[in-house]
Amino acid sequence: MAHTTHTDAANITNPEHAEHHIVTPLQYVFVFLTLLVFTGITVGAAYIDLKWANPVIALAIACFKAVIVILFFMHAAYQSKLIKITIASGFFIFLVLISMTLTDYLSRAWGMW
Amino acid sequence: MDNAIATVQEHGADLHAAHEHVALPQHRHHFETEEQQREAGSFGMWLFLLTEIMFFGGMFFAYLLYRNWYYPAFAVASNQLSVPLGAANTAILITSGFCMALGVWASEVQKKGFLVLMLVLTTLFGLAFLGVKTVEYHEKWEKHHIPGASFNISEFTNPAGFGLKEEPLAPDMAQKTQVFFFLYFAMTGMHALHMIIGIGLLFWLTHRAHRGDFTAGYVAPIENFGLYWHFVDIVWLFLFPLLYLINRHPLH
Repeated sequence: MAHTTHTDAANITNPEHAEHHIVTPLQYVFVFLTLLVFTGITVGAAYIDLKWANPVIALAIACFKAVIVILFFMHAAYQSKLIKITIASGFFIFLVLISMTLTDYLSRAWGMW
Repeated sequence: MDNAIATVQEHGADLHAAHEHVALPQHRHHFETEEQQREAGSFGMWLFLLTEIMFFGGMFFAYLLYRNWYYPAFAVASNQLSVPLGAANTAILITSGFCMALGVWASEVQKKGFLVLMLVLTTLFGLAFLGVKTVEYHEKWEKHHIPGASFNISEFTNPAGFGLKEEPLAPDMAQKTQVFFFLYFAMTGMHALHMIIGIGLLFWLTHRAHRGDFTAGYVAPIENFGLYWHFVDIVWLFLFPLLYLINRHPLH
């Protein structure tokens, strides 16, 4: 059984036996160049005064770069659903922890303004 | 009943086929298939990396909070960092990650020489990153910008005297620049420690790759180390904008 089901591309019948996908060097080159270009953009944007938008743009670019590193350098795009959900749930719990802690600090001076 | 017997026999034969004696590193006997072992390994590695995200996340949160509390001090102290050095280090680290990614590919397609070359390049770019970081740390040491008893706030209370165009800070707010530098050293220092550990592992992996351990179907150590190395990259992708870039134009 095991040897016949792991050719099923979506791994629906046997998700533990995901096929090994090889990311090509050309894909890595595209990811590498994208990362370098966006590093340039984020540095350039830091020298322009965009008021409140400076940190927003810098963090948006950092998130975009992190996502393509995770998807392609770390092969997350080609992993089984189990691993994809594990990664997503980890980031989700991280955001929950940050926002719950922030609600504490933001509400300490509640009503005192 | 005939069917039932046939099924049992088929199942028995299949079990036998699946439990052949295999002693490959990429297929230990307690896994049904190589794919299952790979999946289990990747899953475990990702769980470890998620705990690392929580670990660095605590420091990122501290930075977020104190930057809001001591905003003027954080803006001025952050402008002490060199954007060109930080940007160069970002490019160096991305290049190191690119070499690592190519190394994973070399291991998958079983090209031994190319794998060893890529691991060596990954190590060299990692060392270059640490070298630039040393230059930056040394400058902070010379300026007495390392938090503690010998910390010097004069550059923040009297920026004009040092040829800086910053607004001078009151002495109590100027002391809070120590909080920025404390977080700067804690975050970049933990990141650098992860890189030093990674470079140590790279020496060992390069040695084993040279021996041919990872170019005969056994890819897991290279792949899982790749995940670790890319994770360390991602931490820097956030440290760079947060520490170097977002405080250039403080709101008044």
